[in-house]
Amino acid sequence: MSQGVDVVGLYVRDQDEAREFYVEKLGFRVHTDVRNGDYRWLTVQHPEQPSFQLGLFRPGPPTHDAATAQTLQAMVAKGAMPPLVLVVDDCRAAHDRMRARGVEFTQEPVARFGSVDASFRDPSGNGWKMIEARRA
Amino acid sequence: MSADQTPQDPDLLRRLLRAKDRVDAASHEEWPVARLARVSGVSAAHFARSFKQAFGVPPHRYLLTRRVERAVALLRDTELSITDIAFQSGWSSLGTFGRTFRDITGESPGTMRERARAEANALGRVPACYLSAAQRPDLTIAVSEKRRQEAGGRNEADDATETEVA
Repeated sequence: MSQGVDVVGLYVRDQDEAREFYVEKLGFRVHTDVRNGDYRWLTVQHPEQPSFQLGLFRPGPPTHDAATAQTLQAMVAKGAMPPLVLVVDDCRAAHDRMRARGVEFTQEPVARFGSVDASFRDPSGNGWKMIEARRA
Repeated sequence: MSADQTPQDPDLLRRLLRAKDRVDAASHEEWPVARLARVSGVSAAHFARSFKQAFGVPPHRYLLTRRVERAVALLRDTELSITDIAFQSGWSSLGTFGRTFRDITGESPGTMRERARAEANALGRVPACYLSAAQRPDLTIAVSEKRRQEAGGRNEADDATETEVA
């Protein structure tokens, strides 16, 4: 596939903290981490999804003025950003593994609608739903 | 301009979100302001004011919307009796449940159950949690005020338990 969505970004409050969370606690890999002055382009990848990068961006200069950055930081911290969904083979096992690493779960695994799902947040407040892949 | 327009510290908002998450995860439990304030690491008075500024509704009213949302889900997705659903969603009496449910949704629990089941088939492709959130009751005024308005009253005073915001 040569066409499609390549990068989708999240806003985070601290890029070092976000990199540590997505790599050490969730098992993602760093794809790109480059700086130009205050600006830092940081993306991570799911190990089984090489065609997609998740960007971890901090609101602020030079792309945002101070008031806009403050608003975006507040929206992230209030959990007001859009839904994120992570698909896993085994939701309970992933939950146990991630919880042992200190991930903040907001909903324990629940079996319903023919699958199992749980919810967690990243340190900034971005909310993830983790859903067990339905068996084909 | 009131103090409510002062931007809130993102670190405080993140801790308020943690209290909101706890309510979401266990809306059937009792959530006095003091308990929620402890989750957020702030004083009870500060918590109530800050929560309303952050999320637009007082914490008690937010709890009610989540309980009704849960009750609606149980009515739609389970065969539990309405009495069981009342207790499982956090009410201590069936009468209070039925009255509050009707005041907020405009329907009795039994009517809601029949209608929700008839509509359920069309929505199979939306993840269940978001579907549930989309159907959360929009409780923009106090339940007591809603009752007064429907009774034709003219009293504009808010629920006495929700007047903590100066």
